[in-house]
Amino acid sequence: MQMVAATMCGLIFGWGLLISEMTQPTKVIGFLDVFGTWDPSLGVVMAAALAVSSIGFRYAASRVCPVLVPKSLWPNRTEIDPPLVIGAMLFGIGWGLVGLCPGPALENLATLSPRVIAFVVAMAFGMVLHRIWQKRGAGPERLHAPTAVMIDG
Amino acid sequence: MIANFTPVSAAVGGVLIGLAATLLMLFNGRVAGISGILAACLNLRGSDKSWSAAFIAGLILAPLTASFAGFPMPAPRMPDSWTLVVVAGVLVGFGTRLGGGCTSGHGVCGMARLSTRSIVATAIFMATAIVVVALSRHVIGA
Repeated sequence: MQMVAATMCGLIFGWGLLISEMTQPTKVIGFLDVFGTWDPSLGVVMAAALAVSSIGFRYAASRVCPVLVPKSLWPNRTEIDPPLVIGAMLFGIGWGLVGLCPGPALENLATLSPRVIAFVVAMAFGMVLHRIWQKRGAGPERLHAPTAVMIDG
Repeated sequence: MIANFTPVSAAVGGVLIGLAATLLMLFNGRVAGISGILAACLNLRGSDKSWSAAFIAGLILAPLTASFAGFPMPAPRMPDSWTLVVVAGVLVGFGTRLGGGCTSGHGVCGMARLSTRSIVATAIFMATAIVVVALSRHVIGA
């Protein structure tokens, strides 16, 4: 049942990205291009998503437990540390260069576009690279381990 | 100057994204952060591999089901340079793991919980991306 629910959520999420055209990199860049011909659409997508999820999350948090599992994993980290700041900057650079963030990138695999496939492979490689770097002890996780779980996003 | 603004489809799409995030939390008790879900699917974190793979399968199937409903997915317009595509991909992968989230995890789910960490992350990646687009479009003129 967890698998069915997750698949449905992926589908609904994907429909949302598709209808709002957030799967189109140039549409996203239109939002980021505030000094050119600005397209505020992404801002509306985010505001609408936030309106629904802030109410939905409040209801989910008020329940004793989720429907299909014994316990919810709410993110528990609060610190504003260098990895958060640097990570967000690196992500911002990559996002601005192409106009793809992880969700639309994965969804665009359906188009079989060779450049999208290259982007997703590179993105997965970047994640593996982060894991290797973290395991070597250079990463911040050693400081927080083993109590903190990376469950931001 | 404002151009190409599509507020209605943006609002409808946004509601669906918020609904998907709510349902994943309500049923599976997990945050709909796509970078985290991909990392779990790649076995890079936690024990959430199987449902993560199911979520990503749904995400990739969405355009196929939507095309039956009359919303065919337009071909993505990507930069010509392969180098640019690959460098950006690595930056997005590494950066989202280091920063613990992306547009969905921090931008939607985290901000919905009014998490300071997510609000800071979202402000930073938005501002950075705006600077990158400004430089590449209006200064370097790519």
